[in-house]
Parts: sequence; C-alpha cells; structure tokens
Amino acid sequence: MPAESPGWRPSLARSIVLRHDRVRDADLLLMPERAVLLNVEAGHILRLCDGHRTVAEIVAHLAETFPGAPVAEDVPEFLDRVRGEGWVR
Amino acid sequence: MTEAPWALLAEVTHACPLHCPYCSNPLELVRRRTELTTAEWSRVLAEAADLGVVQAHVSGGEPLLHADLAEIVAAAHAAGIYTQLVTSGLGLEAGRLDELVRAGLDAVQLSVQDSRAEGSDRIAGRPSFAAKERAAGVIRRAGLPFGLNVVLHRHNLDHIAEIIELGVRWGADRIELANTQFYGWALRNRTALLPTREQLESAKDTVVTWRERLGGRPELIWVVPDYYEGVAKPCMGGWGARSITVGPDGAALPCPAAYALPDLSPPNVRDHSLAWIWARSAAFNAYRGTAWMPTPCRECPRREIDFGGCRCQAYALTGDAARTDPACALSPDHRLVRDPATTASRGGPEQNLTYRRPARNG
Ligand code: SF4
Ligand code: SF4
Repeated sequence: MPAESPGWRPSLARSIVLRHDRVRDADLLLMPERAVLLNVEAGHILRLCDGHRTVAEIVAHLAETFPGAPVAEDVPEFLDRVRGEGWVR
Repeated sequence: MTEAPWALLAEVTHACPLHCPYCSNPLELVRRRTELTTAEWSRVLAEAADLGVVQAHVSGGEPLLHADLAEIVAAAHAAGIYTQLVTSGLGLEAGRLDELVRAGLDAVQLSVQDSRAEGSDRIAGRPSFAAKERAAGVIRRAGLPFGLNVVLHRHNLDHIAEIIELGVRWGADRIELANTQFYGWALRNRTALLPTREQLESAKDTVVTWRERLGGRPELIWVVPDYYEGVAKPCMGGWGARSITVGPDGAALPCPAAYALPDLSPPNVRDHSLAWIWARSAAFNAYRGTAWMPTPCRECPRREIDFGGCRCQAYALTGDAARTDPACALSPDHRLVRDPATTASRGGPEQNLTYRRPARNG
C-alpha cells in the first residue's frame, strides 16, 4: 500500500522504540543492533504514527502545527521511505 | 570533549553451560564470588543512561545463569535503555522469558553453532542444539525481535546455506553470520578454526544469493573475516568511541577482548563513576583518537575510518598493543596473519579443539 492509499494507518514496527534522548537532545529510533538519530521533523512525524491516524490525518495535524511547511508532499514521501527501511508498517 | 557512548555490553557472569572454542570471554574467567551485585548493576545502568547509553546487550557467559537477571533488565528498562538478551538458549523457558519481557526486555539474540545438531553440539562441547531449537520457539511465540548469531569457521562455513535455512525455519528476523575473530580462546584454536580462502569466497557468494532471494526478511549480516581481506576492521567504531564493556566483576573496558591487554589496568565500576571511567580513565584514553598511532597509520588516509584496527589483535600477534593491526596489508607485521592464512588455504594441519574451560563456582 503506497502512502496515498487512504486506509493506511502507519505504526512503528514491533522491534522499534522511539524515544527522546535527553543527553543528545534528539529523538532516536532504537532497534536490536542500531540506533538512528532523527532530525526534528522526522521525530514529529513518527510520533504521530500510532496505528490510529491515517496518513491524511497525520498530514493535517502537522499542517496545523507547522503552517506553511510543505507537509502534503514531504510526509507521505518520508513515510514510504521509512516503510521501505522496515521501521514503519 | 569526548562524545557520549551509545552502547553498554553487560557481561553479568562468565559462567556458561557451553564450551565454545572461540568464546569471546577472557582466558582467565571471572569467578562467580567476585561478581557485581544486582544493586551494583542497577547503579551502573542508571549511570550509563545518564552518560548517553541507549542500548544494552545483556550477555555473559550465559546471562540466564544469573538469578536476578530480571532485576537487571528492569533497571536498564527504567533507565530508558533498549535491552537485548544475548543467550545460548540453555535455560530459556517460556516462563523465564515471560518474566524478562515483563521486566522490559526488548529483543533476544540466540546463538547456534552449526546447522545441525551433531556439528553444533561438537563445537558447543555438549548437547545443546535441541535446547536451542526449543528456545527459538519460545522467542518467536513471545513475539520479540529475534536475532540468530552463528560464529563461522572452517568446520561450518561449508554449511552456510543450511545455516541460513535454519534461521528462516526458526523464525529469526536477522541472521548474523560472524566470521571468527582470532583473539583469546579463538587464537588458541586458530589452526583448527581458520578457514581456507576458497571456503570464504564460496560462503560469501551464497550469502549474496540468499540475500536476494529473501529480500531482507530475515536480514542477513555478514561480519567480514579479517585474515584474508588485508584490511583492518574498525574496532567498536574506535577505541572508547561508542561502547563500554563491563565485566562480571565490574572491570570496565572499551571492548570485551581488552581483558587480555596486560598494561591496561581496567578501571572498576566499584571504584569510579562510569562518567569518570569514560572521560578520564587512562584505559579509555589509551588508544582514543589518532595521537597514539604509529607509522604507517599516522600518515594513512584511512586512520579515521578504521582507527588502525584492533588493539587486541595487535597485542596478541606482536606483543605490542600500539602497533598497526597486522590484519592490514600495510602493517610491517602483516605476515603474522598472511602466513597462517596461506597455510590454512593449502589445507593446513589438523588441530584438536581446546574447549573453553567452565568458570568454576566459588
Ligand atoms: S561463546 Fe559459547 S562458551 Fe562462550 S559464552 Fe557464548 S555460548 Fe558460552
Ligand atoms: S595503515 Fe593503519 S590506518 Fe591505514 S589502513 Fe592500515 S590499519 Fe588502517
């Protein structure tokens, strides 16, 4: 299912933990043999991937929080990419 | 300023029911009576998290032999650390894993020694394959991320396809195919374990084929051998750069093989804070950065990529930990790895395995 498909409600993969790292003051994705340092935007998007919101709802939420940002294009593209990594399903 | 560490390897005990002849524990195993208490581990894990550690490998020996393992896992979890159990699988019953999951365990790495019971049990030094197979089922049913680790050498490299099939059948999410690194116990057994170049080439091809066929599930990790490539490996991302190992008795080291360095005098978490150990101790600063480097590393464009290779291998083969890793083709000591590799590739002599001695209680 590509990100445009209306039914997709992204959630983090089972093996992945998203948390804020107070030492590095950044969001991290933690997995068995890896830690990925996220930029601020990625952290915001992934925090909304709770398995309840659709992609459209995530986009709407971010558009409200960050008026003027190109979320309508960037967010679905980002979600497709991280799904390819296996971090989001 | 020193960058914060990311990972902690917690060797909670050196006791283990198995006797692998390439065990990464030191030749002098720590006795059980000198092991850290659970309260000490809890403090170490909290200090580690404050320092920036976000991942812990809870390992051994066999960590399941530690009666309070769940408490240690709970302390890591409470500190916000992603925690993976590294186990031989012996003693991993459903009830025990359940207890660990409730304590906050995030993932499990299970080791197996070969694709079939006979070969696996021979390397492990006792019957254990059946227990490992049961453990794999327990992990899968618990729904935890499941990594299967296989150390590769002359006696199992030819079974690489079967090993991958085993990982698929057991339901692993990732299969780590780790070529033997020759320090400590493995160095003692080098003649018996060193593969031929042909074996390695063919195994590497098989991994590539299977990786395509599987499409990333499970993920196949090929940990490159360094005796044949002429290239030194970046040890733990550089000395004192990413990771801290804490041994059963509280000795803190930049890497688990560094017990063997005689002049290092590792600091102990019983005497110092982890923050001091990381930033200030002589041991963690001994080979940090590039200032310590000898020629040819000092002038080499790769010095910030591989950090001059492995200090423990340099010491084990040359007697001087501050020399260029002999695995590197530019090292003046390169013949120390090239000659045994050539001998092995010609068919080499046979050698009986020297099994890891069990850690005695007491
Ligand atoms: S390598 Fe083998 S003997 Fe050593 S701790 Fe692991 S399972 Fe035990
Ligand atoms: S000379 Fe030193 S830095 Fe250069 S490649 Fe060899 S080990 Fe690495």
